[in-house]
Amino acid sequence: MEIKTAMAGTLESGDIFIQIAPNDNAGLHIDLDSTVAYQFGDQIKKVITETLQGLGIDQAEVKATDKGALDCTIRARVTAAAVRATGKDVWAD
Amino acid sequence: MNSIKDRAALIAEAAKQMNKAVYNDAHMKKNITPRHELQRTNGKLVTLEEAIKKSGLKDGMTISFHHHFRSGDKVINMVVAKLAEMGFKNLTLASSSLIDVHEPLIEHIKNGVITQLHTSGLRGALATEVSHGLMEKPVIFRSHGSRGYAIMSGELHIDVAFLGASSSDSLGNAAGYSTSPNAKSICGSLGYALPDAKYADKTIILTDDLVDYPNQHSAISEADVDYVVVVDSVGDSSKISSGAIRDTKNPRDILLAKQAAKVVMNSGYFEDGFSMQTGSGGAALAVTKYLRQGMIDKGIKASYALGGITSHMVKLHQEGLIDRIIDVQSFDKVAAESLMNDPKHKSVSANEYAALMEPGAATHFLDVVILSALEVDVNFNVNVLVGSDGIIRGAIGGHPDTAMDSALSVIVCPLLRGRIPCVVDEVTTLITPGSNVDVVVTEYGIAVNPNRPEVKERLEAAGLKIVDIHDLAAKARKIIGDPAPLPFGDKVVGVVLNRDGSVQDVIKNIVG
Repeated sequence: MEIKTAMAGTLESGDIFIQIAPNDNAGLHIDLDSTVAYQFGDQIKKVITETLQGLGIDQAEVKATDKGALDCTIRARVTAAAVRATGKDVWAD
Repeated sequence: MNSIKDRAALIAEAAKQMNKAVYNDAHMKKNITPRHELQRTNGKLVTLEEAIKKSGLKDGMTISFHHHFRSGDKVINMVVAKLAEMGFKNLTLASSSLIDVHEPLIEHIKNGVITQLHTSGLRGALATEVSHGLMEKPVIFRSHGSRGYAIMSGELHIDVAFLGASSSDSLGNAAGYSTSPNAKSICGSLGYALPDAKYADKTIILTDDLVDYPNQHSAISEADVDYVVVVDSVGDSSKISSGAIRDTKNPRDILLAKQAAKVVMNSGYFEDGFSMQTGSGGAALAVTKYLRQGMIDKGIKASYALGGITSHMVKLHQEGLIDRIIDVQSFDKVAAESLMNDPKHKSVSANEYAALMEPGAATHFLDVVILSALEVDVNFNVNVLVGSDGIIRGAIGGHPDTAMDSALSVIVCPLLRGRIPCVVDEVTTLITPGSNVDVVVTEYGIAVNPNRPEVKERLEAAGLKIVDIHDLAAKARKIIGDPAPLPFGDKVVGVVLNRDGSVQDVIKNIVG
């Protein structure tokens, strides 16, 4: 899917800031910086990957700056960033 | 005839019997320097380097400091930089606590100037480095009460104490405030520095306001002081009320504070003449505000407030709701100024504040204490030192002292901080044993220790929502998911001592 650079979220505590950009290489590359990386780093990457793939995005460069967001918040921010990156409004239907 | 000459033989005989010399007037010579000049030329008033040389400090010895300026402290970094410059190695640094501002110690540790730390807490980059294994020897952590007692008993022997003071005369009568027009700083109580001043082999006062003798309000007596050093600044007072003792505006903290105030008011200990303390942390400090209305409504007055003293406590005192204030550490400028001006607001040494073995310690007569926590577990154990990521980020403070000695200890903590659970199955590090923790207040309900059924009954009768602490832990886990296990290594980077001096827990290094 064609994507352009987009972002969603904030750097507030309990939130996550997601930046999506095109990736020249195949696959999703996630660069995660998290205050809870030790305990939840793998889980956060998993949620980001699953959310993007669920929206049909399997090639992108993702920079995620996490301040302890819960999974539901991560899904919401990733979805918003994906909608902005693709221009395809998943909530429209 | 009975002149002194006639008695000479008898005087000589008496001296011999008492193993003393015979007085010789020829040795006497009056110092006729004008006394104002003498103050400034007495041998105690020296530079930092001279003080260090004269103190007899040697490699391998123990130096000590207080942390009354908290994040504004300038003494530790200044002194250790000087010691490094003078070539000292292998020193043990025993501070009442260490904070983010003490980051420069990392280099001094790497260079072998400092090889061991004794402290109540550790924060910031220094704490992170220590958690990753910066030091060969583990950091020894003690509560404020047990540090005072360890110094008094000699378990923690201090060779040279370097104590910052906001005023001192040239003989070493020193205080945490100054009444002179040249006052540069104010930290209020010097409670944590008093055991050091008294029991260190040598005590050096560093001050940024050298006042005329006698500095009458002094907390530290010249009798305990060997040298006085004048420096540009001992600390930035504006940074005392920051970090763990900020005034909260967080709505969740305010909710927790309101709930905790209700717990206190219905606990059975809210009686005229009760005594109280609040620990650091936004919610715990804010409880005072909400107790105030209850005290006015019910006509209840407190006999004394103890501990880290804030402007809220001072306000209640000035309104007549708290009779006396016992201040081991002034948490803000208002508290420090009250200590300076109000005869019913007194400082107290760490020993008389909270030492287990000191019968008159103020904590022994404390009815209610409200404390914060990083983590509480299902057995009511509390951790205030090590983060849920395994990194040291807090301080023991007076937590175990006050929780154990008070009639009722109330812990306020949110269920979660971001994605970090605060109610857990087992605390990362054991600081205050659950047997000393009575009530835990969260925004999802209040848990009461099963060994305090009478408190639970009273709170339920007052209509408060009492929950099982296991349910709180389960709720936290449900919201955040299961955390991956922390990557602990095999090296012990910290040892936590109980109040009685026994080893209670160890902190392992974090890998990666």
